[in-house]
Amino acid sequence: MPDLIPHLLANLLQVAFLVFLSPLVSGVLARIEEMLQGKHGPSIFQNYRDIAKLFSKEELVSEDSSWVFRFAPRIQFVMPIFVVLLVPALTAYPLFFAFMGDMVAVGFFLALGGFFVALAAMDTGNVYGPVGASRTRMVGFLAEPVFIMVFFSVSYIANSTIPYAVNAAFSASWVATLEPAHLLVLIAFFMLILAENDRIPVDNAAGKVEIAMIGHSKSLEYSGPGAALIKWAGSMKLMLLAIIFLNVLLTPWGLASTMAWTDIFLAIPLVLAKIFIFLLVLAVVEMSLAKLRLFRISEFLATAFVICVLAMSVRLVGFA
Amino acid sequence: MSGHALELAQAFDGFFAALFVLAGLGVIVARQMRGTLYLFMLHALMLSASAIVLAIALHSAHLGWVALITFSTKVVAVPLVLIWATGSKVYGRREVDHVLSIPLSLLIAVGLAFAAWIMSQPLLQVITAQPFAAINLPTGLIAMFFGAFTVTVRREGVAQLMGLLIMESGAFFASIAIVHDLTIIAEIAAAVDVPIAVLVIGLLLRSIGAVTGSTRVGHMVTLRERR
Repeated sequence: MPDLIPHLLANLLQVAFLVFLSPLVSGVLARIEEMLQGKHGPSIFQNYRDIAKLFSKEELVSEDSSWVFRFAPRIQFVMPIFVVLLVPALTAYPLFFAFMGDMVAVGFFLALGGFFVALAAMDTGNVYGPVGASRTRMVGFLAEPVFIMVFFSVSYIANSTIPYAVNAAFSASWVATLEPAHLLVLIAFFMLILAENDRIPVDNAAGKVEIAMIGHSKSLEYSGPGAALIKWAGSMKLMLLAIIFLNVLLTPWGLASTMAWTDIFLAIPLVLAKIFIFLLVLAVVEMSLAKLRLFRISEFLATAFVICVLAMSVRLVGFA
Repeated sequence: MSGHALELAQAFDGFFAALFVLAGLGVIVARQMRGTLYLFMLHALMLSASAIVLAIALHSAHLGWVALITFSTKVVAVPLVLIWATGSKVYGRREVDHVLSIPLSLLIAVGLAFAAWIMSQPLLQVITAQPFAAINLPTGLIAMFFGAFTVTVRREGVAQLMGLLIMESGAFFASIAIVHDLTIIAEIAAAVDVPIAVLVIGLLLRSIGAVTGSTRVGHMVTLRERR
């Protein structure tokens, strides 16, 4: 297998791309949002400083907590790394691990990290942790049917559930991206990104009031390296979902099509440019919406679900 | 027109049709009156875009005029007339008490979309010569159903008016794919009709708001005459 080593190296580059640039992506988003609000905002490298600072601090763990509390940040951190091995982050051709899992596996890996952090939130006996965990599970239960419907719709449109195959199906003809079913799936997936990353209108990432938090209250009890890993994993999840949205569904172009390293390295700025445009749109959408009340979140996700059902129906009846 | 160009035009028309349906769905569920108005404008914009695609694909100058008239009346004139007639205060409001819950409304809307598609099938078997009818006819029918449903489930007067206008846009969306050589005078007459209807209903809503302090006309079924 002469191609094995370059494939594994490309895999490692994909992992490094996600791990080392994800804090920058979150930092750019935070900066754009602050600028849209007329403020100067933190440096785009602030997340790196925060993570480094947290790693240098002592980790305090409640005596009442179990192994789940200590284990959860590691799982949350590792899961996006598994996922990036399955999706076309930099190369259009499948790498070594491409066929180890499909889009359902992607959903499973991402949900597993969230599940452990939700368990850990209830583990310590902190007041806000269980509240955040139960709210996150509520959003998760509502988001999961949408997630599954998006995958079904995508696999129905592209005739595959393997992300690389979906990418190949959509990049073969840009006219295919204009299909009504494809457009509807894109909108539903974008709504899902907002919900899964605790963004407005589902949750306020910049919120500081514990009682109003959904996703962020789960990690309040963490300090030191545990908090650093949770923060880092949050950035990775955002970047990963952006990569799936852009490279698999919306703009499956700009990826390396050959094994040449120049091609692969050239894909990095192209993918980052796509992510930057995505962040601009995300920031504008977040700035234009208000945070929903907790019991209105079901309406938001019900809308995403119905859009998916419409996408499936449109495809099923052979419309357009 | 070559086969590839026609395929491309159909792809664009399908894209605009999907956004047209989505904007109609948004009007059913949007709580903010300003949001409802913006979604209606997007809805009308997609109608104009579809008309442009059809005008280019079918080399029909009439459809070009339809696109221009639709844009100038529904995207520009109707919102301006409506804001002027009803007063801008209405658009800061939120409607919090739909007749049906939003998830239930959405499910019914999907059912209506299916019903519209099934109902359009016998018609499509007759209109085989029109290349865009398979996209525009079901889409237009879906919008007409969505408009009627909006009128039924919304209690705010402005939202109900949007429902009526969506029905009208739906009829237009379907008809441009079937009849694309209508005389310009008929198109202008249809286009002028809409802002006048909006003006009259807008002024009526303003009067209702001035007398009752609200434009939530859905609640007025409980009003009784003074003895």
